[in-house]
Amino acid sequence: MAADDVSRRSGLTRAPWVLLAPALLGMAFLVLPLAGLLVRAPWTTLPERLTAPHVLDALRLSLFTATVATAVSLLLGVPLAWLLARVSFPGRSLVRALVTIPLVLPPVVGGVALLLVLGRRGLVGQWLESAFGISLPFTTAGVVVAEAFVAMPFLVISVEGALRAADLRFEEAAATLGASRWTVFRRVTVPLVAPGIVAGAVLCWARALGEFGATITFAGNFPGRTQTMPLAVYLALETDPDSAIVLSLVLLVVSVVILASLRDRWVSAGSAA
Amino acid sequence: MFRSVSRWVVAAPAALALLLGSAACGSSGSDSSATSSSAPSAAASSAPATANTLTVFAAASLTETFTELGKAFEASHPGVTVTFNFGSSATLAQQITQGAPADVFAAASPATMKTVTDASLAGSPTTFVRNKLQIAVPPDNPAKVASLKDLTDSKVKVALCAEQVPCGAAAKKALDVAGLKVTPVTFEQDVKATLTKVELGEVDAALVYKTDVLSSGGKVNGIDFPEADQAINDYPIAALTKAPGGPLAQQFVDLVLSQQGKDVLTKAGFESAA
Amino acid sequence: MSLSARLSVVRPRFRLDVAFDVEPGQVLALLGPNGAGKTTALRALAGLTPLTNGQITLDGRSLDALPSERRPIGVVFQDYLLFPHLSALDNVAFGPRCHGVAKAEARRTAKVWLERVGLADHTAAKPRQLSGGQAQRVALARALAVEPRLLLLDEPLAALDAHTRLEIRSQLRRHLSDFGGATVLVTHDPLDAMVLADRLVVIEGGSVVQEGAPADVARRPRTEYVARLVGLNLYKGTATGRQVSVDGIDFHVNDEIDGPALIAFPPAAVALYRSRPDGSPRNLWQAHIEGIERHGDNIRVHLGGAIAVAADVTPAAVADLDLTPGQRIWASVKATETRAYPA
Repeated sequence: MAADDVSRRSGLTRAPWVLLAPALLGMAFLVLPLAGLLVRAPWTTLPERLTAPHVLDALRLSLFTATVATAVSLLLGVPLAWLLARVSFPGRSLVRALVTIPLVLPPVVGGVALLLVLGRRGLVGQWLESAFGISLPFTTAGVVVAEAFVAMPFLVISVEGALRAADLRFEEAAATLGASRWTVFRRVTVPLVAPGIVAGAVLCWARALGEFGATITFAGNFPGRTQTMPLAVYLALETDPDSAIVLSLVLLVVSVVILASLRDRWVSAGSAA
Repeated sequence: MFRSVSRWVVAAPAALALLLGSAACGSSGSDSSATSSSAPSAAASSAPATANTLTVFAAASLTETFTELGKAFEASHPGVTVTFNFGSSATLAQQITQGAPADVFAAASPATMKTVTDASLAGSPTTFVRNKLQIAVPPDNPAKVASLKDLTDSKVKVALCAEQVPCGAAAKKALDVAGLKVTPVTFEQDVKATLTKVELGEVDAALVYKTDVLSSGGKVNGIDFPEADQAINDYPIAALTKAPGGPLAQQFVDLVLSQQGKDVLTKAGFESAA
Repeated sequence: MSLSARLSVVRPRFRLDVAFDVEPGQVLALLGPNGAGKTTALRALAGLTPLTNGQITLDGRSLDALPSERRPIGVVFQDYLLFPHLSALDNVAFGPRCHGVAKAEARRTAKVWLERVGLADHTAAKPRQLSGGQAQRVALARALAVEPRLLLLDEPLAALDAHTRLEIRSQLRRHLSDFGGATVLVTHDPLDAMVLADRLVVIEGGSVVQEGAPADVARRPRTEYVARLVGLNLYKGTATGRQVSVDGIDFHVNDEIDGPALIAFPPAAVALYRSRPDGSPRNLWQAHIEGIERHGDNIRVHLGGAIAVAADVTPAAVADLDLTPGQRIWASVKATETRAYPA
């Protein structure tokens, strides 16, 4: 379908080679490692490896935690993006830089940082445990926290960009019709930047799904509770590389199927809108 | 065509690891005069002029000791640079079988070494040290852990290495020998990560190597337990058959097995392999 | 008194200082060139631009402290700003919904308004499926659906093509006359202002330069800008009795006047001669031709010299006189065609 669009506009043959050559090289660079996995996959033993209970457990946990982490990121990240895009306050550019820290921080360091704050002896964690008996490390909730920490910046950056590009005058028009700030945000701002929110949520979900370093550092690794697919892949790699390849393929296929099907739905919804 | 592609795919991380390893060593490789006097001087003259780089793949638990021995080796072999790739033994073994250009492999378990020898990439390995498990607890020992049996208490939060890595296999063996069933809160991916959980006080106890407890510099306390003797981990070392560094490989193995090597290793908490 | 506005907005390189009143049911047009401050004035009335100084009173109630959403206003924006994600119906229902009307009720109200502007068939259409004229009518319906006391229109016809404009202008005029509140309309088009407004306020450089009924403004322009809009030659001079002296040229006029005065006459009232005409008509001066262009069915000749004058002559006259740019020529205007009034 995407290919149809291209050919309708200009045709692949008319693309200048200075663009086409690096484009194809880039595509090969991204796709060939996948081919490597496919070539090395132990196809004969695939069925019994796939149905091993810990594989399904890890997959279910991965999908669950990535989805919850995305929901948490939406809940906190969209208002944060709005704040950064629409409210000028002292130190805003500093805050904007700080928000992107999880992007550059090695995830393992992020995990350690989370432990120092939310861990049993962490600044906030100590209080959480004594006041509410809540302890996040080594729990599924901890996985969500680690994934949201690493993935939320993708959502914030994407939504902030959309908010900056959006025409403020629609919000003014809504205000003259009697809409309160909250109504404007809910009924005008959010629908207008919906494509940016969707794109951000997709990035966020994909990043959360592949999260490894912060998760294993903050939430540990326990099958069924905190062992997500990437963790299972990493440990399988220690003793059984074939299993690791199978697990990687499962993660890959599931995420591609989900993203592709969601995209189709959004695209068709977008054209009807 | 796809065969060669897939080879490249797995070789790339190894190459990256090499780059990182050499970068890490380059920064600390200059201060070598202190240990140069005790190195066997005969070895220096036999180094061929063509090979001036030695690449050592070694288990992560050997990081401090091997870095020190590497400096000694460079001091006694002028013009030779030793680069290290420290990591999980299993990962290293895999990189070697996928063609990573290594001269020496020092593993934290015979099983991982076996992957390499089975592929006829190394001669017969020699066990150069052994490592014993200890119970690591935070200095204030909040759960009052004193013995292996205390770890079975469900109120005690325990971290173990994953069974796929050597320290996890050793921990499982020790617990099996003792007939104890411990449910940890986490199976960590390597011994350093396990130790970190104790250092940060996130768990009350963990089973790690004695050398790791020592290298933590007092941030955790080690508790010996009798069952550890049944789960001792042998560290094998071997020069690799396709070593690009040629005879330098065996010379490094010799240094590790020498009295000088033993001194450095036992000082760090390893048990002599004798 | 419906609306009483004293608006002062001061910015680093701009200053708006205007005051006007609008009666209920009356349409006031703010007319002025680009950058004059018309839109700023409208935004200040809507609460979208804060006042530096001044006050806005509507039906005896001060609006100054109220944010946009609390003001009883309806605004039609220049490019309408219909919410692209909502249907025409939901765009119109948006205001009533914000005022606490239930969804079904708001949609019923919206439907009535869309019928009133002749768009009953387009309730489900998204804004990008509407033509310019349709979008303008949805925008008007949306602004009126909140039953405002003050209707604000920013260049309501500027985005339309000439044909649509004609039709929408007459419809808009009908809707405005049905509207019981005060209306303030911003435009740079004199025709829109003349057709739609009961009263004009001309703004230039942030200040009011002239105001009055459209016919008065058209007859007695007070600035170059207004004169050009209404198609008159306008000069400032000094009057004594029935004579106005402008840059050394004496104009005889029919109006009795003294002191600083303005004199206006239409381009069609100017007569051109190759040589000094016999009988020596009054109001005669020598000029040179700076340019010649078509102007409707006639030819407009731009004259330079002591004063700049536009003269409209027939194509036949141009041929007879053999007019060419740069040529020296005599010009005159009849006293009965001039209008002089105090400056």
